[in-house]
Amino acid sequence: MGNPTMVFVPRETTAVSLGADEVADRIQSIATGVGAAITLVRNGSWGMCWLEPLVEVDVDGERFAYGPVSVGDVDDLFKAGFLKGGEHTLKLGNAADIPYLKNQDRWTFRRCGLTDPISIDDYRANGGFDGFLAATKMGTVGILEEVKKSGLRGRGGAGFPTGIKWQTVADVPADQKYIACNADEGDSGTFSDRMLMEGDPFCLIEGMMIAGLAVGANRGYVYLRSEYPLTRGIFGDALQAAKDAGWLGENIQDSGFDFEIDLHIGAGSYVCGEETAMLESLEGKAGIVRYKPPLPAFEGLFDNPTVVNNVITLASVPDILVAGGDIYAALGVDRSRGTLAFQLAGNIRHGGLVEKAFGLTLRELIEDFGGGTASGREIRAVQVGGPLGAYFPENLLDTPLDYEAFIELDGIIGHGGVVVFDDRVDMAAQARFAMEFCAIESCGKCTPCRIGSVRGVEVIDRIVADENRDANFELLRELCDTLEEGSLCAMGGMTPFPVRSAVKYFREDFTRPPGAEN
Amino acid sequence: MRVTYDKAEANKLISEVGAAPEMLVQILNAFVENFSYISEEAVRHIAQELNLSRADVHGVVSFYHDHRTEPAGKRLIKICQAESCQAMGSKALTAHAVESLGVGLHETSEDGEVTLEAVYCLGNCACSPAIMIDGRVYGRVDAKRLDDLVAAARN
Repeated sequence: MGNPTMVFVPRETTAVSLGADEVADRIQSIATGVGAAITLVRNGSWGMCWLEPLVEVDVDGERFAYGPVSVGDVDDLFKAGFLKGGEHTLKLGNAADIPYLKNQDRWTFRRCGLTDPISIDDYRANGGFDGFLAATKMGTVGILEEVKKSGLRGRGGAGFPTGIKWQTVADVPADQKYIACNADEGDSGTFSDRMLMEGDPFCLIEGMMIAGLAVGANRGYVYLRSEYPLTRGIFGDALQAAKDAGWLGENIQDSGFDFEIDLHIGAGSYVCGEETAMLESLEGKAGIVRYKPPLPAFEGLFDNPTVVNNVITLASVPDILVAGGDIYAALGVDRSRGTLAFQLAGNIRHGGLVEKAFGLTLRELIEDFGGGTASGREIRAVQVGGPLGAYFPENLLDTPLDYEAFIELDGIIGHGGVVVFDDRVDMAAQARFAMEFCAIESCGKCTPCRIGSVRGVEVIDRIVADENRDANFELLRELCDTLEEGSLCAMGGMTPFPVRSAVKYFREDFTRPPGAEN
Repeated sequence: MRVTYDKAEANKLISEVGAAPEMLVQILNAFVENFSYISEEAVRHIAQELNLSRADVHGVVSFYHDHRTEPAGKRLIKICQAESCQAMGSKALTAHAVESLGVGLHETSEDGEVTLEAVYCLGNCACSPAIMIDGRVYGRVDAKRLDDLVAAARN
């Protein structure tokens, strides 16, 4: 007998939601029973969610994948000799050769699925902390130079150039500065922050450390939503492992740099994903948005200069410093440089995470990667960018995924979530939901958002009920203008995006006789 | 289901999280996790410990969806109502849950067995619709799977 065989079963939320824990337990118990020496690794997910739970076996350095594995398949897999890569109907070959994965441009997610997420050794062996070590030699000017050169823009949704944000905070003289990571990933159809934090949490930690070095901050906060309990556990373990190994704390690896990270958990509020509401919540208060200016870069957390960045933004930085900003910038199109981790969701056959350079079309993403709808029916509408993003009809699917191309169509790419609906969707109901969601989640500070959203629901109800339809369409249009122009933040300001697009592209859903089905 | 307020346990939670005003949201989260809700007594107690007014604490409690002010049932079931799950039939699933459990959304059954709540995204959107039972997420849930999961949770 040689070394124990390595068997990988993801500990990531989607895999676990489909039975990965039971599969892992069953594998361990049969292996023990038959005296097979295995080392069970609970890795992150590769993001091929429709194949979860995806089990991998390392056979002489090659990783064979099997999936989707249910607990009832495990006995059969042992009989088929899967520990030696035996043939089985669930065998998928080498995970990295599956076209869905092979055709991606993995940058930020390159370790996700590959490694044990809370093993510092695994992280180091795969290039982890090389970005931080490079950063300690580059100094503020050098780091900012590379980040600017990379063209990286905020991946939370707003798309603000990261290098410029960091430069602003670096230039403000202050005794205390902060790095605040926004992991309040509330948009429906998005899960990339969660997958990164569950699959490669040290990468986020490293990105925050580099941001701290760049701007002169020695304290970081991660604001994670409460709906992600597994993420909380994994990321918490990773923070502890990093502290224990001297990658967080005082004088990190003899660099003279101190950095600490605190993990805060949200409490079910969508608007806390707005950066100033998040800062309020981090201060222990209700998540009510702040007026801007002052920008958080000048007066952020506890009134100190603060970098607020999304998880993916920060996690993209370590490899930018290793490879060089120009290598990252060579990917993408126009002003959308690098990659985005798109997330395929809703009624989709091959749902999951696809990290690709900007510029591919929505159709390529949905059809080539996603394989069309899960139901096998026609695609009728696609919402891109979360609940504040526009709905697109089938004939706009050839739009290239680039920030400006979507803005031109009164839409957003946002955090990269793509939710597909088939031909059974009622778009008047979706527009109504957008207003309803805004009413539920509004922080209440500004009137257009707080009251306008409630009125929006009522106006849409009247349109659908055929009460003064034309006049109410006009009222809805004006209401959307008021929300867009008069709201303090994107909650009220962008709720018109899904509403207007539903009216524009799917007007027939609003104008059929009252009570008639789609 | 209302249990006597355990002040010693509450003090322990407050000191573990940190008795500082900036930790208020985190303290309230810990209370919900341990007591399932935040009682009037808890509001008074936390306000005192953090040197805040009761109105300050109440303002935070009333803002956040997670900060329940009534005790939850023994089993807490959350069903995602957001777009991705809508695209895969979450409305019908919710209607089935309401019907089969005999409770409306944001209600607790009279016997205190189960609380049903709406949630807006569990981040499991590639395998919609998603639900959460007692903090655990389940994907691709149809009516049959929901019934099975609920039955298993009750045992």
